[in-house]
Amino acid sequence: MIAIIDYDAGNLASVARAVTHLGYACTVTHDAEEIRRAGRIIFPGVGAAGAAMASLRRTGLDAVLKEQFAAGKPIMGICLGTQVVMGHSEENDTVCLGIIAGRVKLFPARLENASGQKLKIPHMGWNTIRVSRPHPLFAGLRPEDEFYFVHSYYPVPDDPSCVLANSDYGIVFASVVGYRTMAATQFHLEKSGRPGLRMLKNFCDWTPSE
Amino acid sequence: MLSKRIIPCLDVRDGRTTKGIRFKDNIDIGDPVGMARFYYEQGADEIVFYDITASHERRSIMIDVVRRVAETIFIPFSVGGGIRTLHDMREVLLAGAEKVSVNSAAVRNPEIIAEGAEAFGSQCIVLGMDAKHVGQSERIPSGYEVVINGGRTHMGMDALEWALRAERLGAGEICLNSIDADGTQEGYELNLTALVSGQVTIPVIASGGAGRPEHLREVLTVGRADAALIASMVHYGAYAISEIKSYLSRCSIPVRSTW
Repeated sequence: MIAIIDYDAGNLASVARAVTHLGYACTVTHDAEEIRRAGRIIFPGVGAAGAAMASLRRTGLDAVLKEQFAAGKPIMGICLGTQVVMGHSEENDTVCLGIIAGRVKLFPARLENASGQKLKIPHMGWNTIRVSRPHPLFAGLRPEDEFYFVHSYYPVPDDPSCVLANSDYGIVFASVVGYRTMAATQFHLEKSGRPGLRMLKNFCDWTPSE
Repeated sequence: MLSKRIIPCLDVRDGRTTKGIRFKDNIDIGDPVGMARFYYEQGADEIVFYDITASHERRSIMIDVVRRVAETIFIPFSVGGGIRTLHDMREVLLAGAEKVSVNSAAVRNPEIIAEGAEAFGSQCIVLGMDAKHVGQSERIPSGYEVVINGGRTHMGMDALEWALRAERLGAGEICLNSIDADGTQEGYELNLTALVSGQVTIPVIASGGAGRPEHLREVLTVGRADAALIASMVHYGAYAISEIKSYLSRCSIPVRSTW
């Protein structure tokens, strides 16, 4: 059973639908015991970091997530979930979970592409990723595969080896991060067509080796 | 690099699509779920559903369509048409749509944009706007006026000012339809699109007038659009999405080429 963490951070049903479509059993839950019983955890979310952390603290799920990570359970962060697992976010100046040491930064205001055109924020739409560290998550993907992003902030791990893949949007930023049994994508796996579903399936099948 | 998005738009009335794919006999051309799957497999980057159901009582049919689409395709899709309240937005988003689009309801009550953005996040809220060229005047400095009711009702609002205001209110994206170009298949309104897209900082989807792949090339370059809405040119089988994308790619426009 896969526990999809429910913490008032957007529509989690789409993640559940994608997991179900892949043939894995999942439950959308905020129940600590159910999360502890689950074989793995997906931590999605859209919205703002401040409200998300407030909700996690209020429900005690912040402690449950840290405890489950310490216990070696595979955890997949998606979008806001990916930002909230970092140490600190510039969004609402928020202290986050700190499962991966590092910060979450706002895209610079004057972003330009290679041809000098102004780029819009949020970074919304399809973009490629460049794998910087091989990981079971990337099995079966092609370099030209694209993923669906919607975000204005991006993660910056302290330890560069926690960057699993980068993307370009005026700057190079980490679009997939990971540390031990935690893996997290800035893009929406559940909305990224075949490559997204493949990566989600890779997570569902992943047995961390440590 | 971020790809330019190609977005088919499906009109749905009482749970059935109103335009179909003539040459495809293996799918039910009236079934929005089947058509969504068809375009998903063809490489659409996103899909827009526009609900033209006349009566409010039959809205629940659309919610059921949204739910079934969400179980079938795994790319973002938005739903517009008849969305007037936070309750309408919540229903559509919970059923599985990524975004909702508000048009005339936002013209009448701009606060709905702010309320929607506050409740669900800006990324969910698309401002749909119909604009008509009326010539520059003191009241309409850009020369484009906001219209509703398919262009029949002029609102006395400047299209550019409305776009900027909607952005300040929290809209995450603008779907900009030219009433003059809509249905002509003779090309998008490039001036209008460039004007709005050059001024706002949120993405702009160009709408109205697509008939040939060249039209998409123009609006994604000269028109500075971030995405292009298409309808008849794909619904009636004149072009496949993959064909349009190959053309754009040959023109050095970044598009998603594998799916």
